[in-house]
Amino acid sequence: MIELFGVPLPALLGQLTLGLVNGSFYAVLSLGLAVIFGMLHIINFSHGACYMMGALFTWMAMEYFGLGYWWSLLLVPLSVAIVGILIERLLLQRLYKLDYLYALLLTFGIALMLEGGFRAWLGVAGQPYSIPAELAGALDLGFMMLPKYRAWVIVASLTVCLLTWYMIERTRLGAYLRAATENPALTQAFGINVPVMVMLTYAFGVGLAGLAGVLAAPTTQVSPLMGSNLIIVVFAVVVIGGMGSILGSVLTGLGLGVVEGLTKVFYPEASAVVVFLIMAIVLWFRPAGLFGKAA
Amino acid sequence: MMTATRLKPGYLAVLALLLAAPAVIYPVLLMKILCFAVFACAFNLLLGYTGLLSFGHAAFLGSAAYLTGHALKVWELPTLAGLLLGTAGAAALGWAVGTLAIRRQGIYFAMSTLALSQLMFFLFLKSEFTGGEDGLQSVPRGTLLGIDLSSDTHLYYLVLGLSLSAFWLIHRTIHSPFGQVLKAIRENEPRALSLGYDVDRYKLLAFVLSAAISGLAGALKTLVFTFTTLSDAHWHTSGEVVLMTLLGGVGTVLGPVVGAAVIVTLQNELADKVGSLVTVIMGFIFAACVLAFRRGMVGEAIGLYKRMIGEKTP
Repeated sequence: MIELFGVPLPALLGQLTLGLVNGSFYAVLSLGLAVIFGMLHIINFSHGACYMMGALFTWMAMEYFGLGYWWSLLLVPLSVAIVGILIERLLLQRLYKLDYLYALLLTFGIALMLEGGFRAWLGVAGQPYSIPAELAGALDLGFMMLPKYRAWVIVASLTVCLLTWYMIERTRLGAYLRAATENPALTQAFGINVPVMVMLTYAFGVGLAGLAGVLAAPTTQVSPLMGSNLIIVVFAVVVIGGMGSILGSVLTGLGLGVVEGLTKVFYPEASAVVVFLIMAIVLWFRPAGLFGKAA
Repeated sequence: MMTATRLKPGYLAVLALLLAAPAVIYPVLLMKILCFAVFACAFNLLLGYTGLLSFGHAAFLGSAAYLTGHALKVWELPTLAGLLLGTAGAAALGWAVGTLAIRRQGIYFAMSTLALSQLMFFLFLKSEFTGGEDGLQSVPRGTLLGIDLSSDTHLYYLVLGLSLSAFWLIHRTIHSPFGQVLKAIRENEPRALSLGYDVDRYKLLAFVLSAAISGLAGALKTLVFTFTTLSDAHWHTSGEVVLMTLLGGVGTVLGPVVGAAVIVTLQNELADKVGSLVTVIMGFIFAACVLAFRRGMVGEAIGLYKRMIGEKTP
């Protein structure tokens, strides 16, 4: 058996793809945070709860309505986005004129309510969700067996990230969005409905989190607690990468996922903290973040 | 002398009430409230008077709790030395976290402190000396000047004394020239910088002070409950201290104390009745405070009082 640095190659490649899968989740989640931050100038603390909702809705759709994975892939991000619209219209929009701190605390409160509510309803036990038949099994690449579902998560996440980048940087809608970010009053004066754009941006951001939840459902135990620890890692990812650039957040997310995967192979004890350690190092040497502009 | 001449009848009445309280209310609950009041006041020194939102203060509470517990149980140090060691440990950790986190402002500061405290949480989870998921059990309370602290009433007076000292220290800090500079930084950081103040140094000092006092709260908490668990270092606890401060009134001297008393009592009352819905209630209070009640209980009371005596409120 081929070995690399004393580790069997298949084990190494296996952790590498797992790292890429986790990195895809980091990428999609930090992208959502960055999109929301760019437009609303708030950090969405309930992002982890939205991810959790995405996975729970997927499981519930199967359990209560018999709707399969592909239906969920379509409907769940939309329903999480609708929850986002409700949150934005009913609560968040009252705080735009205030200090950033209040929106952070409000979304934290919303996260507690969502997490606690689902916990009281469904308990903390993880629910299994099986991989859809089309994506079960593994591809034989000759040098390794690649589970199809892992490949799907990576490809789907990257496609979504690329589409988001294209939409914001290359389409007319994206141009309006960037204009509204730059100067909301003037954009409004040109006849663009900025409050609706803000609402849709928030909905899109949390919809991305919901989508990550759907993709994650078959890879993990679906439980009301799955979002809260993840979101703290994603915050560290965001501190490392900065929220100024879309491609920057995607690259940082993927890269850190891979680093985490490799740490699991070479020094498993540190795998839970490696992202935080990297954050500390980045704060020390490059306080503005890898892709951020100096303040 | 100075404090004696300034003591107003109101303060004396509160002091008398606090001294007599264990006769009426269960001392352990009172001590828990005092610990969290100290914790919230220390947190408020940062949020209310320096404008820094730390979302990782549980790390300081938890590290001091573990350190004091370990010192008393394994090293068998005297009680006071254990408390001191916990406080000093939290201050050192505060220096390390603060040095890193103040390199970023605003939202990034909050996220960095949260991530760094999560780092500490995982270290505590994996370390041998913390007992991992079981926590550190049966920590001896020891004695102080020959007085046996295993009596709840005896311990109450120690906790009360140290808490009052901590409140006094925070009060003095806020009203000192140093505190004025902190407020200047809160109001307008670039201006404070351009006036020649080394803003980062002031922020770091405030952060270390806040971490140390949070540490004292954690050390006392270990003494009160004779055990420490991971939940002291969990981000939920960091959120709780934000909530206590917000509910009581950010940037008011008494607010965090009131907030801590309300939240601890509420949790105490609700824990058996509603189970995991406690989290929902906490989240709801958060949202309600932020949306409708931003000055907090004490802040609103002060506003009401000022309106009643006909003073204009901003």
